[in-house]
Amino acid sequence: MFETADQIFVLLKHWLVGLLPMALQPVAGVVVSVAAIVCFFPALFALTTVFERKGLGRIQNRIGPNRTGPFGILQPVADGIKSLTKEDIVPLSADGAVHFLAPLVLVVTVFMGFAVLPMGRNMVLADMDAGLLFYFAIGASTELSVFMAGWSSRNKYSLMGAMRAVAQMISYEVALLLSSVAVVMISGSLSLTKIVEAQNHYSYGLPHWYIFTPWGLAGFVMYAIATTAETNRSPFDLPEGESELVAGYHTEYSGFKFALFFLGEYLAMFSISGLGTTLFLGGWSAPFSFLTWVPSWFWFFSKLMMSIFVFIWLRGTLPRLRQDQLMNFAWKFVLPMCLLNLLVAGLWRFMGDGWLRWVICSAILVAAYVGLGWEEMRRMHIGARSYRYAE
Amino acid sequence: MSFAFYLIAALTVAGGLAAVLLKNTVHCALALTVAFAGLAFLFLQLDAQFAGFAQILVYIGAVAILVVFAILLTRGSETPKDGGIFSRTWLAGLAVAAAVFAMLGWAVLQSAPGLPGATPEPTVTVGDIGVALMGRYVLPLEIVALLLTAALIGAVIVAMHEKEGGK
Repeated sequence: MFETADQIFVLLKHWLVGLLPMALQPVAGVVVSVAAIVCFFPALFALTTVFERKGLGRIQNRIGPNRTGPFGILQPVADGIKSLTKEDIVPLSADGAVHFLAPLVLVVTVFMGFAVLPMGRNMVLADMDAGLLFYFAIGASTELSVFMAGWSSRNKYSLMGAMRAVAQMISYEVALLLSSVAVVMISGSLSLTKIVEAQNHYSYGLPHWYIFTPWGLAGFVMYAIATTAETNRSPFDLPEGESELVAGYHTEYSGFKFALFFLGEYLAMFSISGLGTTLFLGGWSAPFSFLTWVPSWFWFFSKLMMSIFVFIWLRGTLPRLRQDQLMNFAWKFVLPMCLLNLLVAGLWRFMGDGWLRWVICSAILVAAYVGLGWEEMRRMHIGARSYRYAE
Repeated sequence: MSFAFYLIAALTVAGGLAAVLLKNTVHCALALTVAFAGLAFLFLQLDAQFAGFAQILVYIGAVAILVVFAILLTRGSETPKDGGIFSRTWLAGLAVAAAVFAMLGWAVLQSAPGLPGATPEPTVTVGDIGVALMGRYVLPLEIVALLLTAALIGAVIVAMHEKEGGK
């Protein structure tokens, strides 16, 4: 019974593929898996938009969408129909081909990232030896689509948004990679399934997730900051800051092309949360040893949705950063901390078991955090709080 | 030589040709990216996962972005009206390109009969590459790292002086 529930999607796929003749089966297996990913995540995207608008409304003391369907649950359907029926406007001076290709490149590259994520026991589309490397290689290509969109629109706001986006993504990609390298150092593998397996152990009923180690916690915090910046989410949403740049690099997109950008951004959020779950939160493993009977895919998607909730929470809570603050934060705080974290991960690996490594690793990280933060704050010369009123 | 190889080869060559022949500089950069991607697919088709992904990560993720940035920050993407897109020294360029191509072709032709067809292909995992880089080839790796760090510091110094001079 437990086995069936855990493997239900795998069994379903085998049953579907088994209906076909033998020669077609390898191809059909891939097609079924790809179709499942391509159908499921956009559906999750539709649900998340309602969830986000409701959540933001709650944070900002308003009701949120409540007119379409019960509790506004049909809002994404209305949005979808709207974006499909809207006129697709391409500016006269725009570069037609590049303008057309940009949203496609974004969505395709983002979808490819899902191929290596283990979404449950035996639920991974391509179990690559270099899965993590594949993910980052694909992730790096999305920057180009943002640039293509901004440049081809022939609009200064679009171009500025694209430049901001690319500068930001390059800066935070360093932090993203370095914080993940610590995990690779400890688990000794670039394969995401092996990284999950390495965390799927329990002692005293508690899991061995990497977030429950000093270097893992620090790495996870850095990873979370970097992913927020990579996905252009608030407080790092300068590339599309509506008060400064209209809508940034997708200002000149309308109709379904705009919807594709929207979809691409949310899919990127899902896939990068899934990667964070895999690297630091134990992937599909259960949080307590007595809960291992719950299907593995349930845990993966629970952790994914928790991450999405944190993204929404952050968006409702934090104000947007300035460009110089963004760059200073990336290069002067996150990057040194990531480098130090690599050192601490090495120490952790070679100090052997025992309580001493916990004390030393935690002490180094806390001291560096306090020291760096104090130094940075001192340099900013923040005086007493002052108030200005409209006259 | 499978169908996939011909498809990827055609894509790569088309990207390379477009990078040379297109009029708009940004279009050229994007076409160059297509050629980079084609090369990465060729590596992947040869089961060289690490080389293929590193090609995408470094060339598409970093070099192409850098090229595009450089174009945008230095001058407009339009080519000048007079003179066309061809350099005046195109004959010398052609000669150099032909020489390089001839040497590469010669090297490939020389190595082809040397390969014994019977030996099985070695399976090289990413882990093996990592062990080799950290063990036997650690000195070259460190030298490259030092060189890159020096280049980075040099770039920072150049940028700093420019800023001070501007003020």
